[in-house]
Amino acid sequence: MKFRTVGRHVREGGKNIYRNGWMTLASVGAVTTTLLLVGVFIVIMMNLNQIATNVEQDVEIKVLVDRTASEEQINTMEQNIESIPEVASVNFSPKEEELNSLIESMGEEGKAWALFEQENPLNDAFVVKAENPKETSVVADQIKEMKNIDNVTYGEKVVEKLLKVTKYARYIGLAIIVGLVFTAIFLISNTIKLTIMNRSKEIGIMKLVGATNSFIRWPFFIEGMLLGILGSLVPIGITVGAYYYLYNNLRSQIQLPFVEFLPFNPFAWQIAGILLAIGAFIGIWGSVMSVRKFLKV
Amino acid sequence: MIEMKDVYKTYPNGVTALNGINLSIDQGEFVYVVGPSGAGKSTLISMMFREEKPTKGSIAINGIQLNKLKERKVPHLRRDIGVVFQDFKLLPRLTVYENIAFALEVIEESPKNIRRRVMEVLDLVKLKNKARHIPDELSGGEQQRVSIARAIVNRPKMMIADEPTGNLDPETSWEIMRIFEEINARGTTIIMATHSKEIVNTIKKRVIAVENGRIFRDEERGEYGYEV
Repeated sequence: MKFRTVGRHVREGGKNIYRNGWMTLASVGAVTTTLLLVGVFIVIMMNLNQIATNVEQDVEIKVLVDRTASEEQINTMEQNIESIPEVASVNFSPKEEELNSLIESMGEEGKAWALFEQENPLNDAFVVKAENPKETSVVADQIKEMKNIDNVTYGEKVVEKLLKVTKYARYIGLAIIVGLVFTAIFLISNTIKLTIMNRSKEIGIMKLVGATNSFIRWPFFIEGMLLGILGSLVPIGITVGAYYYLYNNLRSQIQLPFVEFLPFNPFAWQIAGILLAIGAFIGIWGSVMSVRKFLKV
Repeated sequence: MIEMKDVYKTYPNGVTALNGINLSIDQGEFVYVVGPSGAGKSTLISMMFREEKPTKGSIAINGIQLNKLKERKVPHLRRDIGVVFQDFKLLPRLTVYENIAFALEVIEESPKNIRRRVMEVLDLVKLKNKARHIPDELSGGEQQRVSIARAIVNRPKMMIADEPTGNLDPETSWEIMRIFEEINARGTTIIMATHSKEIVNTIKKRVIAVENGRIFRDEERGEYGYEV
């Protein structure tokens, strides 16, 4: 296709937008409604996802070293843990440090524990993190096999449950978004079909004059894309605006561990980009689907 | 130029439109196709630009075997054939100029050449002053002249017209025929289905009469031969 033909198709597609007046409005309306829902869903999904990731990343294995282990044995143990392929980091925390953090975490009452500084009853410990939170249990099992280990803990039940929940939340969210997108494609392709019914005669004429299918299809492609982009403008405005408001007002009020909203910049712009892309995709698909039938003249 | 051998056509509803057609038309000829309504004239003509496919038999146009022609190559065949219809088949939302230019945009002609060629054919059909009007603003005769201009704008080897004067008054019909003769004089083959006895008997050309899906008569400088 020559460049000037591209220009011609873009002009034609643009003209069709205003030639079809009300139908354009209906199609844009369908995209707008869908993308509003999709936008809200994405915002919720991605923030939930962020929280889940925060929690996941915090999953660590605590390895209590047997109190009889010598310094040398502790060193080899550290090397052994590090050599497990799934391990991301290993931090040694000597028993003095363990006691300090215990005292700190207990506040006033903790001061009583200071008495133990002479005769520390705690174990030296390793804090181990897996590359992937899902591998936590595998790593923990391997460490348990080693010598001079007193105990290995990582909150098995909680982690497994959490991983399961976040996994399903992601799948369900994705399914809802895909469902919404397909509904919109269906709506648009039907709306555009109505405008094409009127144009099916024109398509027949174009073919008689020697137009190829792709020559006829391109303006519809452009028209669909423009419809989708127009339809995404309002949802982008509302989603970004609402997120800006919520981010600035709610963030200071909600203070829970792990709960941290995604920062407005760049998240809002990512959302805008995603909505624009989905809108264009819906529009293009919807229009191309509906032309297909009429090209078989 | 056009070769038809043993062409049969039966529509899915069981109606047999063509019943063994053998036909040969040379470059530069002017041919009338006549016959009563329902005799198969339109089907015969539609075969020539691959609007209809034969049930049996072979058709060759400009050396292309139509039964071997791939679907996506059909547009290329049609670019060498200008078509004119009784109902004009103009694009209603485009201006006269744009309607004619469309046939050139399809073959990706340069804008400069498009402008030049469109003005040339508009001159030929005497419609330069109506270039910016849309079809609805024109009379029937003018609309038909636009469709003729569109048919010949990319210099096709042949032009097929299906009752081009069917919707026009006698005076306008003669004007259309004058344009046809001029186009034919420049070497373009013209195949025209018609019901007009006056035209066939006045402008004497080869006449192919179709009846019951067969060629009933084929004569040079023939007569219309039916009572209207």
